[in-house]
Amino acid sequence: MASKLYLDPQLVARGRAAAGQIADDMDAFIRQRTTIAVERTALRLFGVDGVDADGVPLPNRVADQVHEAGGLAGGVARWWVNGRLQTGLGPQELAEAVGDGMVTLTELPLAPEEEIRRAGRRWAEEALDRIRGNRRDRDHRIARLGEGPQPYLYVIVATGNIYEDVVQAKAAARQGADIIAVIRSTGQSLLDYVPYGATTEGFGGTYATQENFRIMRAALDEVGEEVGRYIRLCNYCSGLCMPEIAAMGAMERLDVMLNDALYGILFRDINPERTLVDQAFSRMLNSFAGVIINTGEDNYLTTADAVEAAHTVLASQFINEQFALRAGLPEEQMGLGHAFEMNPMLEDGFLYELAQAQMVREIFPKAPIKYMPPTKHMTGNIFRGHVQDALFNLVGVATQQGIQLLGMMTEQIHTPLVHDRHLAIESARYIFNNARHLGDELTFKPDGIIVRRAQTVLQEAVALLERIVDIGFFEALAKGLFADVKRSRQGGRGRAGVVLRDPDYFNPFEERLRVELGLSGQEVRA
Amino acid sequence: MNPVVDYRTKIARPNLHQLRPYGDTMDDGKVQLSFSLPVPDGAEAVEAARQLATKMGLRDAAVVHHEDIGEGFSFFVLYGNCQHAVDYANIHVPKVDVERMDFYAVNAFIRDRIGRKVVILGACTGTDAHTVGIDAIMNMKGYNGEYGLERYPEIDAYNLGSQVENAELVRKAIELRADALLVSQVVTQKDVHLHNLAHLVDLLEAQGLRERLVLVAGGPRITHELALELGYDAGFGPGTLAPEVASFVVQEMVRRGLA
Repeated sequence: MASKLYLDPQLVARGRAAAGQIADDMDAFIRQRTTIAVERTALRLFGVDGVDADGVPLPNRVADQVHEAGGLAGGVARWWVNGRLQTGLGPQELAEAVGDGMVTLTELPLAPEEEIRRAGRRWAEEALDRIRGNRRDRDHRIARLGEGPQPYLYVIVATGNIYEDVVQAKAAARQGADIIAVIRSTGQSLLDYVPYGATTEGFGGTYATQENFRIMRAALDEVGEEVGRYIRLCNYCSGLCMPEIAAMGAMERLDVMLNDALYGILFRDINPERTLVDQAFSRMLNSFAGVIINTGEDNYLTTADAVEAAHTVLASQFINEQFALRAGLPEEQMGLGHAFEMNPMLEDGFLYELAQAQMVREIFPKAPIKYMPPTKHMTGNIFRGHVQDALFNLVGVATQQGIQLLGMMTEQIHTPLVHDRHLAIESARYIFNNARHLGDELTFKPDGIIVRRAQTVLQEAVALLERIVDIGFFEALAKGLFADVKRSRQGGRGRAGVVLRDPDYFNPFEERLRVELGLSGQEVRA
Repeated sequence: MNPVVDYRTKIARPNLHQLRPYGDTMDDGKVQLSFSLPVPDGAEAVEAARQLATKMGLRDAAVVHHEDIGEGFSFFVLYGNCQHAVDYANIHVPKVDVERMDFYAVNAFIRDRIGRKVVILGACTGTDAHTVGIDAIMNMKGYNGEYGLERYPEIDAYNLGSQVENAELVRKAIELRADALLVSQVVTQKDVHLHNLAHLVDLLEAQGLRERLVLVAGGPRITHELALELGYDAGFGPGTLAPEVASFVVQEMVRRGLA
């Protein structure tokens, strides 16, 4: 495809190479470490679920027991598998016994290493088979039912009560939504555990729990059959439990996951080391499960000015792409994010937004680009907001974005009401249909405002990436090069959960995923 | 582990005897409204808007937007929770209760049951110049995929257009030996449509024509109930297409022995 923006392919290649360099440096760092969350994820995949009498999730009880005994560096899997071999208990019984303090995994006699590894790999394969099955199930359903055209219409539900959420979600599917995201309760990203069971009270959203995933999945499958369209389910694979939520999503056939390499560091003050290790394993799982990830670059523009900070979005997309490739995630599953966040009072702002959306489309041609609506400059004036959303939708269809997160006229007022979503979907369907092939018809003046804007943003992004390579990634975070937020390598939440791996570290899930995703070696990518 | 519960058994159901608006939680009563006040924007204006909403029965009324819109007026958007409820289960709304036929069935019905052409006059009466509605019903090409009455071979349709005085409409009805009159009213300011519609009924009764005609009103603010109150045979609101009106007219003619 020829660039409509006359982007210099050499410059794009330089940006990619710089981001690749950053990701390679970090990849070596990541491979040497594990985290408490990665280990809890292994336990969940081994079938550990439920909570103890105090409501503490059993994956936490088991992982914490091993961690406190200093046993995490070799991986929880060895202790867990050995525990099962030694006690003869099933996963649930053993987890409960650990929770009750009846069994201390690190004090049991150890079976021969080969025996542990053999059993661990066999049980891991059972869990991965379930995920393979879910992926096939999704493919069959899409083949049978079909799906909406891109840009997919993505809306959120956020009542706090999963049983209201399903009503809202089914209504949205009937109104025309393709993707339903259940917003999480405020603050869940900072919990170092995943809540359990069906939940009916949340704040600004609904807790991500495996049972809530299961309930929403069933409801969307049901309405999908009725409307004759596969309805995708999205949740949030971020925060301190990033890989655990990836595993839960893989087990319950979620289709889309928010999953950013940097978001937790910048916007939730989670320790950089923790996030980098967690994101890698999360993305392996998401890749294997066929989940489309969504990255969170839109957030850069809510803290900084959308015109001035545009290049940081592109730089972060390059970095997210390279991290994702190193976790085996194909481009077709990379919903790289950006947003329509310029001040609406800006003269020619629409031209700049169009330029940037087209630029992202061209630089990441295979990615289902995720386009976020105006939020920062939404006021309580719902009527003006509806028009802002209409312009956003026009850019989305004209530049063939992959996923359009529909703006709500009531942004900044409340989480969407049932009719807010209806009006947003109605407007998007009208605009998408009415301007479906507008992008095919458009060319831009070679020396015009739009072309010049895109070229400037690309140049600035490449310069930023090359500067990060020069000073080092952790140093760049510390200096506030991203989103004007300064984060030190040692600071932030969750660092205590980062552990340097022993040479005999054992994680049969990661081992198998690296093989399946072609990540065994240290290959270099263009 | 919890036993697997069917989520559908957990979903809240509306109380049909105490029906309230729904935002995102059953019975939350959530209402969105907007209006302007003839005072300048400011803290007092915002408080006035909030108090008005509270007097309208909204709990926790909140002004989410206010701005100056010139000439001393201010504009507001508000949300609140409606405290009132209605007994939905016992609501009975009069509806045009006839079998809805399509283009072909209407023409066949006229041939079989009436045996001659049906004459229908349409007009926007009084000062009203908004012909979109009457045109959608009358014009050959119709609207939204449905032909208008002019296309019906068994109907002689006359679209008199806009700003037709009631007296002129009555004169035309006599001249053309009309079977039915379709009166469209779009402008509702100061209830001008009500006076105009009622005036036509008075004229027809004075001429002794009312019983010999099927009289139909239509427009964005017209309901069947309102039309009945004003002395019409039927009223049709927005979104009505020609076959609905034609179905009513021909069946009403047969029912009243006007065929």
